[in-house]
Amino acid sequence: MVDHMRPVLAALALSLSATAFAAGEATPVAEDPALEARVIELSQTLRCLVCQNETIAASRAPLAVDLRNQVREQLAAGKSEEEVVDFLVGRYGDFVLYKPPFRASTVLLWLGPGALAILGIGWLSLRLRRRATESDTPELTADQRTQARQLLGEQDNESPPESRK
Amino acid sequence: MKTKFLAPLAIFVLLAGFLAYGLTLNPREVPSPLVGKPAPEFTAPRLDAPEQSFRVSDMRGQVFLLNVWASWCVSCRQEHPLLVQLSRQGVVPVVGLNYKDERAAALQWLREGGDPYTTNVVDADGRIGIEYGVYGTPETFLIDQQGVIRYKHIGPMSPDVLRDVLLPKIAELSRG
Repeated sequence: MVDHMRPVLAALALSLSATAFAAGEATPVAEDPALEARVIELSQTLRCLVCQNETIAASRAPLAVDLRNQVREQLAAGKSEEEVVDFLVGRYGDFVLYKPPFRASTVLLWLGPGALAILGIGWLSLRLRRRATESDTPELTADQRTQARQLLGEQDNESPPESRK
Repeated sequence: MKTKFLAPLAIFVLLAGFLAYGLTLNPREVPSPLVGKPAPEFTAPRLDAPEQSFRVSDMRGQVFLLNVWASWCVSCRQEHPLLVQLSRQGVVPVVGLNYKDERAAALQWLREGGDPYTTNVVDADGRIGIEYGVYGTPETFLIDQQGVIRYKHIGPMSPDVLRDVLLPKIAELSRG
């Protein structure tokens, strides 16, 4: 199956690269593959502000290209990952981070799901425990029991239904 | 028994309330960390006279608007008549930052639509834009006499925004 797909994938890759060239989208890539790997790794944690649900590593928006170039330049100039992130956060805010920092305004975001899960599990276990302690069949008074038997047309014995052939 | 029956309804109403509130928010508007901070300094060539350069600090002592625009930007065209009207009133100087544009196209557009800018500067590669956290044109910054960014509007300004938000802020800053 994989072998089967290979020519198709190759054709797809070729056609994609052809359109990329046609659109003049060939973006500058650092000479140094190690640097480029750092650029891509860092870019994958940064959100593109134009397309919002894409990282600046994945996005083809012009701003994402510019920001990737900024990241590349600053890393090449010897800045650390944190310094580059601080540079971008200082200009675009925490929104550029896919992993927002923990602070007063993000407490609900970080702890909300956990708190909801704890509440839900707590409620569920409470219900289950209560149900376990409750008897499955509600107790009937002697009068109710006779009434029920009469309604079911049974004799006043305890024989289970299977033996009633 | 009655309250049990109402619980899903209450949860539904609560969720619907949250979602309805969410619909009134604009996810495109990312709050800028630059508001309240000094406007980043830059030196850039003027659009009309590239041999002359402009610095933000040239505007020190004046309240002004920095409007990021481009001739390729459709919403900027939508906003343009309002800027022209504003410049006719002479309330506030508007500095244009021509963002990632071609000079000829930009000049052509100003000839056609009118030129509301006191000065226009060129940001050909978008670097000044990054300094200002620009992610979508048009964006408008209100900068005070000390060169501090007081307000940022993202997207085209509407007459309502101008009347209800920007003009009162400008009046307040000009008094202070």
